[in-house]
Amino acid sequence: MTEVLSRTGVIRPDPKDPSALRIDEVLVRKMLVLFIRDETLKARLKRAVVGVSGGVDSAVSVALASEALGPENVLGLFTPYRHSSEESRRHAWALSKQFGFRLEEVPITAQVDAYFRAAPVDESDPRIRIRMGNKMARERKSIEYDRSWPDGIVIGTSNKTELLLGYGTQFGDMASGINPVGDLYKTQLRELALHLGVPEVIVRKAPTAELWEGQTDEGELGFTYADADLVLYHMVDRRLRPSELIAAGFDASLVNRIREMVRKNHYKRVMPLIAKVSLRTVGHDFLYPRDWEAD
Amino acid sequence: MHASWIVRAREAGARLVVFPELSLTGYYLKDLAADVACAADDPQLAPIAEASRDIDISAGFVERSADAKLHIAQGYWSKGKLVHVHRKVYLPTYGIFDDGRYFGPGDRFETFKSVGGSTGVAICEDLWHVSTPYLYAAAGAMVVLAPSASPGRGVAEGGDLGTAESCRLMDRFYAQYLTLYVVYVNRVGHEDGIAFWGGSEIVAPDGTVVARAPEFDEHLLVGDIDPDLVARERARNPLLRDEREDIVLRNVAGRLGLPLERRD
Repeated sequence: MTEVLSRTGVIRPDPKDPSALRIDEVLVRKMLVLFIRDETLKARLKRAVVGVSGGVDSAVSVALASEALGPENVLGLFTPYRHSSEESRRHAWALSKQFGFRLEEVPITAQVDAYFRAAPVDESDPRIRIRMGNKMARERKSIEYDRSWPDGIVIGTSNKTELLLGYGTQFGDMASGINPVGDLYKTQLRELALHLGVPEVIVRKAPTAELWEGQTDEGELGFTYADADLVLYHMVDRRLRPSELIAAGFDASLVNRIREMVRKNHYKRVMPLIAKVSLRTVGHDFLYPRDWEAD
Repeated sequence: MHASWIVRAREAGARLVVFPELSLTGYYLKDLAADVACAADDPQLAPIAEASRDIDISAGFVERSADAKLHIAQGYWSKGKLVHVHRKVYLPTYGIFDDGRYFGPGDRFETFKSVGGSTGVAICEDLWHVSTPYLYAAAGAMVVLAPSASPGRGVAEGGDLGTAESCRLMDRFYAQYLTLYVVYVNRVGHEDGIAFWGGSEIVAPDGTVVARAPEFDEHLLVGDIDPDLVARERARNPLLRDEREDIVLRNVAGRLGLPLERRD
C-alpha cells in the first residue's frame, strides 16, 4: 500500500524509497523496439551486431534487437579473454537459444596478449589492469564494427548509470551506432530484462566487466547500483542539488563522489572537441540531424 | 507519402485530412530548415494544392516569408487553393527543443473557415499556451486544429506515457471548457533517437473522445465534427457567451501599462 502511494503521490528524494525508479516495462519495450527498427532502417541498414557478454545489459540489447529486426538479422558476438568465466559463456549461449539470434565466439586473448607482450607489463599492477581492461573493451568493439560491415549497425549496451558515472571505456564498450538502453538505469534495466524473459540467474548475478579475475562492478565502484541509481535519478532526472539530497538523508560521501564522477567523466559522453577556426565547423555550427535524409 | 494518405482519407469519406507539424519536411531539421524552406505559394507545394480539389488538406512545412524569415507553418488548402497559413507563435527552446534557434515566431492567431466551420490552428507548443485556444474560441472558432511533433517521454510505472497524459488532459480541457472541437494530430516515428508517440485524437465540446489513434503507429484516424453538437453544448454550457473579453483586455492592458478607458 505504501509503495503504491509513494508512486502515485509526490516523488520525494528518500534514500529508502526506490519506487521512483520503477518503469512501465510494456511501454518501454515498445518504444525501444521501434527505436531500433526505425533508426536501423533509416540508416539504410538491416542487421544488428551486439556484443553479448552473458550479462544483463547486453542481454536486454540483444533481446530487443532480435524483436525489432528479427533474430535472423541479429549477430551476437561472445568475445572471451582468457580469464572470462565459463558461466558467462553458458549465459551467452542460453540467450542465443532463447531469443533465436546467431551467436559466434571470437576470442580476443591472442591479440590482446600479443600487444602487451611487445612491452611486457605487470598484471598485478592496478594501473596496468585498467590499461588491459580498456584494451580488451576496444578490441571487442573493433570486432563488432568489423562484423557489422557492410549492412549492420552496432547496438550499444551501456546503461544510463554507466554513462553518467563514466564507468566504461571511451570508444570501447561505450561505442555504438545506436544504444537502446542508454536512458535506463541499471535497476530499471533489470526490471525490463525480467519482462523480456531474460533468465533470472542472468538478471540477478553480480555485474562484472570481467576485465580481471574477481572483478565486480560494485566492488570496484565501492557502492551498489541500487544506491547509485537513486542518487542519480534525483540528481539528474529531477535536478536536485547534492546539498538537497544530503539534507533529504542521502549519504553525503556517496552523493559527492557520484556528483564528481558525473562531472569528471563528461568528456566520455560527448564527441571530441574540434578547434574552431573557420566560418562553419563540424560540431559547432554545422548542425544537421544524424538522420539526415535524402531530399 | 502525403499523396497516399490523402487518397486513403478521401476513400474513407473524409472531407478534411490533417497532417502533423512539419509533416512535409520532418521536425528536427536543424540547419536543414533553410534548405527545405519555401514560400507558401511555391510550386513544390502545388501537388498538395492540386490534391485539395477533392478533399481539404492541412499540412506542415517550413515557410520562407517574403522577407526571407523561416517559420514553422501549417497550411490549409481547399478546392485547389491555399486558404490559410498559420505560423507557429510559441517556439520552444528548452530541454530537447531548439525551435527558436532555427525559426522566427509567428505573431498572430487568426481564424479561418474550414469544412468544420470557423477554425484556428495551434502548432504543438502553441497549444500548451492557454491563451492560444482561448483567443481562437473568443474569435468564434468551433474547431482547433493542433498539428504536433510531440516527443514521447516519461515512462514511470502505473501510467501512460507522461507526455500523452499531459496532451490528453489539455485536449479534453480545452474542448470541454471552450466548447469546441480539438483535433490533435501527432507525428509518429523516430528522429535522432527521439520518439514521436502518435496518439492523435478528436475531442468533442462535451469532452468525449470522438476517436483516438494508437500510440507509436501510423494511422488514418477518422472522426466526425458535428457543428450541431457545438451549438447544443454552448446552449447548455454558455461559458463563451458569458466570457468577459473586455475585462481580460483591461487587465492585460493595465498590467502592460496601456490602460484602456472604461466606457461603462
